[in-house]
Amino acid sequence: MSVDLSLLPDGGVGWLDASGQHSDIVLSTRIRLARNVEGFAFTGRARDGERLRVLANVRDAVGSVPSLREAVMYRLDELPPTSRALLHERHLVSKELAGLDAQHPLRTGAAVFLADGLGVMVNEEDHLRLQSLRSGFALQEAFAAIDKLDRDLGARVPYSFHNEFGFLTACPTNVGTGMRGSVLIHLPGLVLTKEIGKVLASLQQMGLTFRGLYGEGSEVVGNFFQISNQTTLGRSEEELLDQLLRVVGHVVEREAEARRVLLRDAGYIIEDKLWRAYGTLRYARSLTFDEAMNYLSGVRLAVGLKLITSLSVYTLNKLLIFSQAAHLAFAEGRALTESETSLARARYVRKALEEEAGSVG
Amino acid sequence: MLCDSCSERDAVVHLTTIENNAVHQLHLCERCAAERGVETTVATPKHPLGEFLHEVHSKVASSSADTIRCTFCNTTMADFRATGRWGCARCYTNFEAGIRELLRRVQGNHRHVGRSYRPPMSESLERAAVLGELKDRLRRAIENEQFELAADLRDRIRVME
Repeated sequence: MSVDLSLLPDGGVGWLDASGQHSDIVLSTRIRLARNVEGFAFTGRARDGERLRVLANVRDAVGSVPSLREAVMYRLDELPPTSRALLHERHLVSKELAGLDAQHPLRTGAAVFLADGLGVMVNEEDHLRLQSLRSGFALQEAFAAIDKLDRDLGARVPYSFHNEFGFLTACPTNVGTGMRGSVLIHLPGLVLTKEIGKVLASLQQMGLTFRGLYGEGSEVVGNFFQISNQTTLGRSEEELLDQLLRVVGHVVEREAEARRVLLRDAGYIIEDKLWRAYGTLRYARSLTFDEAMNYLSGVRLAVGLKLITSLSVYTLNKLLIFSQAAHLAFAEGRALTESETSLARARYVRKALEEEAGSVG
Repeated sequence: MLCDSCSERDAVVHLTTIENNAVHQLHLCERCAAERGVETTVATPKHPLGEFLHEVHSKVASSSADTIRCTFCNTTMADFRATGRWGCARCYTNFEAGIRELLRRVQGNHRHVGRSYRPPMSESLERAAVLGELKDRLRRAIENEQFELAADLRDRIRVME
């Protein structure tokens, strides 16, 4: 059995539509809440039967939660690795839930409920990981949606809550609000002007942290950073989000300023570099993932600077997702070797750019 | 390679910092890195949080700390040290003193100030609670000779029973 993503209203990638605020710099906003169901050992300690009962309880409750009424459920433990990788590449499930790395084998009872911009992962590190995903810079909207979902679900499923420590989680770094707000942001200007070191260092002083494209433990590629709150305890949800909102707003301003400086002081060098990136993507016959990400970063910057005008941010967002290995294998309908993947990636990128190429240049 | 800070233990964290656009490299052992608040993604057999909590606990309960088991899930401090994860909600009560100290260190705080929560009560429990309250009010109404109110309360109790 393979995954049928067409069941999802927008393939689960509505957040790619680049409709949000500052969408050329901020790709997406995500908020997740970690919750555990009272009466069961946490996922890592639970037996298969307990995890299945957690899933059954959640499944019963989901039917009467308004924002999940149309939700589609996928049982990760019943899907082949290729389908699980596909869901992971769409940022709909974590690597741990998908059971894709050796450290985290696939668990019995691992499942996800997906609705428009909302998701509930079941039997992740915590029994429940609620998440809300929005296009662009939209912390308040993302929070409003997830807070409603959390209250509705929490009224039907009893969460583990402690008066002093708050919502209890397997890892002490998530306890309290259980909330991690994160913003996926593209900062080529700050990287090129070598300001990025200072900006990242100051994030940590402000109680924030950064990661790569795929969250914890992932590398920074293509100048994409995920900025999120470091702590989850001792401050309210509103205070944590307010801090993130202010600091990310400031980073966006710094990035915009860096871009202005680049154009002013090194206009032709930058212009040449970015067009070369475009040229490579347009004509290359083989692209590794890192290469594609780095050139896409250049083209994205060129679109942001209005050097390239006929290419949409939406197309660039789609390329980020659909040029990944599992998506390429899915499109080709078979497993691909590493070199076949690079060939398929170059072919896919070329075709997508050709389709929009009409008046480029 | 030995740790740049203590020159005693092996360096496992290689920290690259950028200051004034100059790159500095620092090689630290797990403990010195933790003291400087450096988050590590290095796979080490012991979890730094666990080791820290172990220290706190050994002060509190001498060497018997490792033999304490969570009454619900059987997790021990040794388990936490190996994985960095608690086994269940009850662990937070069973290892409370150590956890408070741990949270102060990793979160800078141990008191939740965010949204409060009360788990839903099962229907029968909720009904029993409401019924109990109505009977209480009925008793008080009779004591205070508020007969009209008492009659009303009695009717409501009859409907529920």
